[in-house]
Amino acid sequence: MILLRLALRSLLNRRLTVALTIFATALSVGLFLGVEKVRTGARSSFADTVSGVDLIVGARSGPVQLLLYSVFRIGNATNNITWESYEDIAAMQGVDWIVPLSLGDSHRGFRVLGTTREYFTRYRYRGGQPLAFAAGGRFDDLFDAVIGADVAAALGYRLGDPLVVAHGLASFSLHDDAPFRVAGILEKTGTPVDRTVHVSLAAIEAIHIDWQSGARASGARLDPDAVRQLELRPQAITAALVGLDSRLGVFRLQRAINDYPEEPLLAVLPGVALQELWSVVGVAETALAGVSAMVVATALLGMAAMILAGLNERRREMAILRAVGARPRVVVGLLLLEAGLISAAGAALGLGTVYGGLAIAQPFLDSAWGLYIPIEAPGAGELGVLAAVVAAGTAAGLIPAWRAYRMSLADGMTVMQ
Amino acid sequence: MPAPPPALEISGLRFAWPAGRRGAGFALAVGELAIARGERVFLHGPSGSGKSTLLALICGILAPQAGEIRLAGAPFSALSAARRDRMRAERLGIVFQMFNLLPYASVLDNVLLPLAFAPERARRVGPDRRAEARRLLAALGLPEAALAAASAARLSVGQQQRVAVARALIGGPEIVVADEPTSALDAGTRAAFMDLLFAQVAAAGATLLMVSHDAGLAARFDRSLALDRIARTEAAA
Repeated sequence: MILLRLALRSLLNRRLTVALTIFATALSVGLFLGVEKVRTGARSSFADTVSGVDLIVGARSGPVQLLLYSVFRIGNATNNITWESYEDIAAMQGVDWIVPLSLGDSHRGFRVLGTTREYFTRYRYRGGQPLAFAAGGRFDDLFDAVIGADVAAALGYRLGDPLVVAHGLASFSLHDDAPFRVAGILEKTGTPVDRTVHVSLAAIEAIHIDWQSGARASGARLDPDAVRQLELRPQAITAALVGLDSRLGVFRLQRAINDYPEEPLLAVLPGVALQELWSVVGVAETALAGVSAMVVATALLGMAAMILAGLNERRREMAILRAVGARPRVVVGLLLLEAGLISAAGAALGLGTVYGGLAIAQPFLDSAWGLYIPIEAPGAGELGVLAAVVAAGTAAGLIPAWRAYRMSLADGMTVMQ
Repeated sequence: MPAPPPALEISGLRFAWPAGRRGAGFALAVGELAIARGERVFLHGPSGSGKSTLLALICGILAPQAGEIRLAGAPFSALSAARRDRMRAERLGIVFQMFNLLPYASVLDNVLLPLAFAPERARRVGPDRRAEARRLLAALGLPEAALAAASAARLSVGQQQRVAVARALIGGPEIVVADEPTSALDAGTRAAFMDLLFAQVAAAGATLLMVSHDAGLAARFDRSLALDRIARTEAAA
């Protein structure tokens, strides 16, 4: 007991250097835990984006590519699905609902998604939450658009504002003969929905009526009222989200779609595709974790150097301990205890830093990047990291402890200063 | 009935520092020396006469290459380093010239420190160790205000030396070894310190071995030894 008290008093006596060392350790531990938090938060945010969808169907490509362009609006589809295929899939046994997705146009940097009204009830995010409207409602008229929260915030759109869709993703050719009207604004979701302009499938068809091969037919102008009279039947879509009656049938339906004879199609389970995505980005994650582990190691070595640098001034202290009968291993034990206490304090403070930082940054991370990181009690993994830091810190203490051992054997009681 | 064994017994002792790291080699030899229980012995000699080496041997920090040191009839220098450390904790109280105390620790913790390594002494003190430490400090004339100081480093040098004596005496070790304990004190404080040291060593029934180059203190001791008379030093080959 008295030795623990002495170790604490000794640390307190050197409070400035010790505090700086604890702070450095805390920062490194905070960085390590923070990286882990962001990593798991990013994973669950990705997973939360496709809640309640059993299969994603698109033209045959890679599962990750299909997942990225259909749900995350990253990259482009290499091919479309014909409307006939879509109707065949909708009629397949076990299909409860199906929502078509048609991508390819944009509005001032935001993607335009052609879909059906069912999209707004079927799409689920973050554990089954449905989309909610901040203002207005679903599209009724052919030229109605529903915009995500980020689109509304970035462009300052309000209900009823006009909106012109551009052909392609980074294009100056505008569908300006057919302006849309903002009919609904969605609540913030933290998913790519926030950055999407939603219109009906028919509208996508309508604005392309007078277009051929990616360019407007010369002289052709679209008359919105005339178009409203037409029966617009889409010819192709980009992808479709499918929900099943029973999840038990998912593999059978997946096989049926993948073996669809009329057209090469691909159906993926979102969870499986996500796993594949993680295995791709896993290398970067491991590198990041490795770098933050190196930062922890640097901080602990800095602590060992701090203790080592102070040893010479403490030779007198060790001589006194030896004189009252302490064995050299007690001197070793005191220094290891010191290193352990510093790294434990650093680990605890680092944990506190992470939670404090999270409490402050959580709403910002959610609104700015759609990264929702829940604040929950540290799990076994985090406690394991903390225990490993204390163990590694104590082990780093072996360096000064060994030196002190040699010194106290050589000095005995003779050091006077 | 045979006489009780002497508190400290040295016979045929020989220790040599190897040449090299600490400069030229240096050897110390002590033929026979016995200090009786309760005796107060003054050991004086000029610096460089091997005082520090002899003290380190008597305290069990160093082990001799030949000969033996016995404490109260029990082998000491022949024990392993770890057992010598334990025996030093139990049977010896050591007072240095200065810087005796852990500067960051409280006065009481400094006094209680040896008990952490000497269970026998701790047992003799009994359950209320702090009360015993306070009693010793009061007997050594340390004012209450000094006891309340946050750390031992705030005390005056004279007060620090008294705390060191209390630390050496707590739990009743057999021998108190004092190495120039007064040389950092002024003349007035020195006399008062010596009075208190004698009184408390006598009260504890301990043997006192004090080393100093100040021959003027010798008259107060039972016996005075010149180091160059009992020990031979030589520059080793």
